[in-house]
Formats: sequence, C-alpha cells, structure tokens
Amino acid sequence: MRKLKFLLQKEFRQIFRNRSILRIIFVMPVIQLLVLPLAADYEVRDIHVAVVDHDHSAWSQKLVNKIDASGYFQVLQYGNSFERAMAQIENDRADLILEIPAGFEKTVIKEDKASLFMAVNAINGVKANLGAAYLQQIIRDFNGERRAEWIVYPRFDPEKIITVTSSNWYNPNMNYKFFMVPGILVILVTMVGSFLAAMNIVKEKEIGTIEQINVTPIKKYQFILGKLIPFWVLGMLVLSIGLLIARLAYHIQPAGGLLPVFVFSAIYLLAILGLGLLVSTFTSSQQQAILLSFFLMMIFILLGGLYTSIESMPEWARWLTKFNPVSYFIEVMRLVVLKGSGLKDIGPHLLIMSVFAVVLNSWAVISYRKRH
Amino acid sequence: MQEGNVIEVEDLTKRFGDFTAVDKISFAVKQGEIFGFLGANGAGKTTAMRMLIGLSKPSSGEAKVAGFDVYRENEQIKNNIGYMSQKFSLYEDLTVKENIRFYAGIYGKSDQFIKEKTSIILKQLHMEEQANNLVVSLPLGWKQKLAFSVAVFHEPRIVFLDEPTGGVDPVTRREFWQMIYKAADKGITVFVTTHYMDEAEYCHRVSIMVDGRIEALDNPAALKKRFNARNMEEVFLKLARGAKRAE
Repeated sequence: MRKLKFLLQKEFRQIFRNRSILRIIFVMPVIQLLVLPLAADYEVRDIHVAVVDHDHSAWSQKLVNKIDASGYFQVLQYGNSFERAMAQIENDRADLILEIPAGFEKTVIKEDKASLFMAVNAINGVKANLGAAYLQQIIRDFNGERRAEWIVYPRFDPEKIITVTSSNWYNPNMNYKFFMVPGILVILVTMVGSFLAAMNIVKEKEIGTIEQINVTPIKKYQFILGKLIPFWVLGMLVLSIGLLIARLAYHIQPAGGLLPVFVFSAIYLLAILGLGLLVSTFTSSQQQAILLSFFLMMIFILLGGLYTSIESMPEWARWLTKFNPVSYFIEVMRLVVLKGSGLKDIGPHLLIMSVFAVVLNSWAVISYRKRH
Repeated sequence: MQEGNVIEVEDLTKRFGDFTAVDKISFAVKQGEIFGFLGANGAGKTTAMRMLIGLSKPSSGEAKVAGFDVYRENEQIKNNIGYMSQKFSLYEDLTVKENIRFYAGIYGKSDQFIKEKTSIILKQLHMEEQANNLVVSLPLGWKQKLAFSVAVFHEPRIVFLDEPTGGVDPVTRREFWQMIYKAADKGITVFVTTHYMDEAEYCHRVSIMVDGRIEALDNPAALKKRFNARNMEEVFLKLARGAKRAE
C-alpha cells in the first residue's frame, strides 16, 4: 500500500505539471459541450424547393403557399420549365423539385386523385430524405384539408382517412440537445479514459522509465493500480464538470438522479481504462497508441448509437454494438437522463459493464510483462 | 553458491529465434568487486545483463544473483539490486528531490530514511541548490551522477550500470568513477558495461565478450600481460578484431 502511495503521488504530480494535457482535460469538455450540441442539430431547415407549376390554378397556388408557410422550405418559382428547375439542382441551388402537372385542380375535383412529381437532390442524403418526408407530410395535410372542404357529409363509401398523431414520451418537445449533450459527454469521458491512460504508459516505454520500474520490486498490480486510479479520478472529474455544464447551459438534469449516472460511470471508466492499458501493452510508441485508440474510437462512436440509432442498423452491426462499451453508456445516459431510470432499471447494464471491466483489465494485467 | 560470490553464472544462454545473442557464458563476481563487462556493440553485453536483473528470461543455463535464482526468484533479486540503464531513466518532469523520493519509496524505504539520506546525497552531489529544480534542466553529466545515486540509494547489494558514462565529458567521467569506488568501498558490488577502455583499467576484473561469448576474463594487468599489450585498448582490439557480428 505504501508503495502505491508513492506511485500515485508521482502520477498526480506529473499530470498537474503537464499544463497542455491539463488544459485538454478541462477546457476541451467545456468547449465541446458548449459548442457541439448547438452544431449537431438534427433538424433540417431552409430546404430549397423549386416549384414547377404547369397548372397555375387556385389550388396549386394554395399548395405552394402551404409549403412556403411551413417554415422548412424556401420556395423558388420556376413557372413551367422543368429544365430550369433541374438546372438549379445541378448547380446545387435547389434540393427538391415539385412538379405540379397541368390540369391538377381539374383532375382532383373530377377524379378525387391526382399525381404530383417530386425530384430529390440526394447528394446531401440527410437533407434530401428529411426534405422529401416533410414535403410529403405537407402534401398529405393539404389533401386532408381539401377533402374536409369538399366532403360536406359522409358519402356512402368515403375513403377512410386514418391520421396518426404522435406524442413524444420522455422528451416531449423532441429537444435533440437532451440526447446529444449526454452522448457527447460519454464520448469525452471515454477519450479522457482510454487515450490518456494509453498514452501515459506508452510514454514511459518511450523514455525508458518503465524499464527502471520493472527492475524494482513493484508488483504488476501495484503499477497498474498506480496508473488506473489517477485517470479514473480525472475521468470522474470530467464527468462532473460535464454534468454541471449540462445543467447550467441546457437545464438538463438526470430525471433518474445523479446516483445511477455516477455508479455506472465509475464502472464504465474502469472498463475504458482497462482498454487503454491494453492498447498500451500492444504498442511501443505514442504514435502507435494514438492511431490504435483513434481507430477504436471511430468505431465506438459510429457504432455507439449517438449519431445513428442502433435499431436501424443491419443485424450484424447491431451484434457488433454489443461489444461496444460506448453504446451501453449512451443508452444508460438516455435512460437515466430522459426516462428517469434508477439503479435497479439499469441493473443489466451495470452487470454487462462489470464484465467488460473485469475482462479488459485482466487481459491487460496478463499482457503487461515485467520480463521478456 | 560459493562463499563471497554475489553473482554466479553457468552456461547462461539467450536465443532470439535462430540468433544466439548470449552463448553459454560462465563467470562469478565477488562481493565488493568492480566487475567490468566489455564487448563491442552487439556482442551481447546488454542482453546478458538484462537476464541477470530479471528483465529478460534466459533460454538455458544457470544464474544466481544475490543468492537468488534468475528463473524462479527474479522478484527477490530485484530487492537486492540497483540498475542504471543506457537510456536516462529518471523522470524529467519531476524535481531532483521528487525523483529520489519516488524511487526510494517504491523500494519500500521509510520517510525518515529517505529524508536523512536525501540531504546527504544532495550534499555529496553538490546539488542542494538544484534539489527543487526539474531534472530536465540539469546538464547531462549531473543527470548521470544523479541517476547513479538513485540506483544505489536503497543500498542494494549489487548495482548494474549499463554504459553509465556514454556522452559524458572526461571530468565528469572521472567524478563518476570516484562515486563508483565509494560505493564499492561500502561493499556494494558494481557490475558495469562500458565502451571506454580507460575505464576498463579502473575495474578490478574485466570480462570481454565477442560474438556472444566471453573470450577473456581477468584483472587488467594480467590481461595486458597475456595479450602482450600496453593498455586495455590494445587487448580489446586484439580480441574484438576476430568478431564476425557487424555493428
């Protein structure tokens, strides 16, 4: 125990003496949490829709007005030239073309149905998909209103209209910040845990001090604890700062209380630090460690359920996310922050994360060798 | 283990695949002796030393250090030895005092012991004023002397020095060897590798490795006589000329 005290003292001294690392540890979370959630907005606005109206009727005008009034679209009128509208798409000035055929109004009134043509610029996939979906929604609404206007009394066999209204549970206003902020915090804590721990040990390899440590009677577990504890403390500190920022800047308070968040993070950090240690045992320079960590982080983040939902991934990818510690943390954050889950509800997650922690750390201890 | 010996090595071998880095070497080192371990680059000195201090597992052969077996008891060996590697291995972002305290602490020394001995050491090194300076700010020669003091701070039975004076100026080298003598006077056995043949003259006994084998082992005077040489440099050149391993 006494030896561990000396190891910890040394580690903390070095961390607090290294100004640039310290700055990264504390300034990065603050800036990222204040800036990133504002930028990572899922809502798409200012979709440029080029309208080609061959009909020029009161109804087509009504439809265009409705699109304009929705607030999501900027309507560009191109008379009745599809070619000119197409040119705008080619120049990337328009995202969508809506073509209203000649006789639109007449056909609708006579036959109770009509077709519209929509062309989507799919270079920006997200914008195109959402834009098309919004536009379809508006056209459906328009259709509904029209029917309500015309069908004064129920006809003998009116086409049944089923409208779906949705209410968003746990995040009633669909405030994307409520799930982006905790998610970004997860990634920050993960980076502090894995990157810094891995870099720290590999640095000792590079400068040769690890050899000096290896000829001392220090036990493997003492050395590893001496590295785990300081970064665990740092990780928890970053988490606390992050939660404070979430509260002050975004009024996000975990509905399930802070306890489940901290308990899960404590175990999560152990697992991630274990991963960092493992990376350091497989690499011999800081360069290699950075590359390997970066590679793992990319996969963890993209398969973590923050930017894309895991449910919509293909089967094999969903299977992969089961081995991704980040995905569990993001899920737990959402459960606790939004849904108000308590310790009992995240029990399975705690258990799985403990398995991660035990496996990764044992693996790291086994592969760390004092003698070659 | 024979009376008075602190290191005994018998047919010690280290192979890396097909390559035999250390080939059946045998020797013994006595308590309080300054033992010079010479050889050209790539002759296998460092590999042999790493096996003795528990950083590398031998492929075959026997070795005992401070009475402990290198295979089974390498952790006990570590309590009894000090080591100064070729690479400077103090923490440059810690102060002189903090480095001493850290290494003494992980050898399990008491606060009282650390405090008293630190002031003695700083006085000997004339580094009292630099005690709270970061090690990175010290000149190389000072760093090496400090590293040696740290390596023997916990009063080991044997200290292993791997090319301790590389890149150091002649004045500091002389001072360094005075420190080595002082340690030997206190009964600490010194096992040292070096490239400087004038330093070989300072050793009680010298072994010269060529291509993984020990080709000569005796005191400097006897070696010079045997090889009909004026100094150790000539002895070394005569032996090393036959080396097949390139640098």
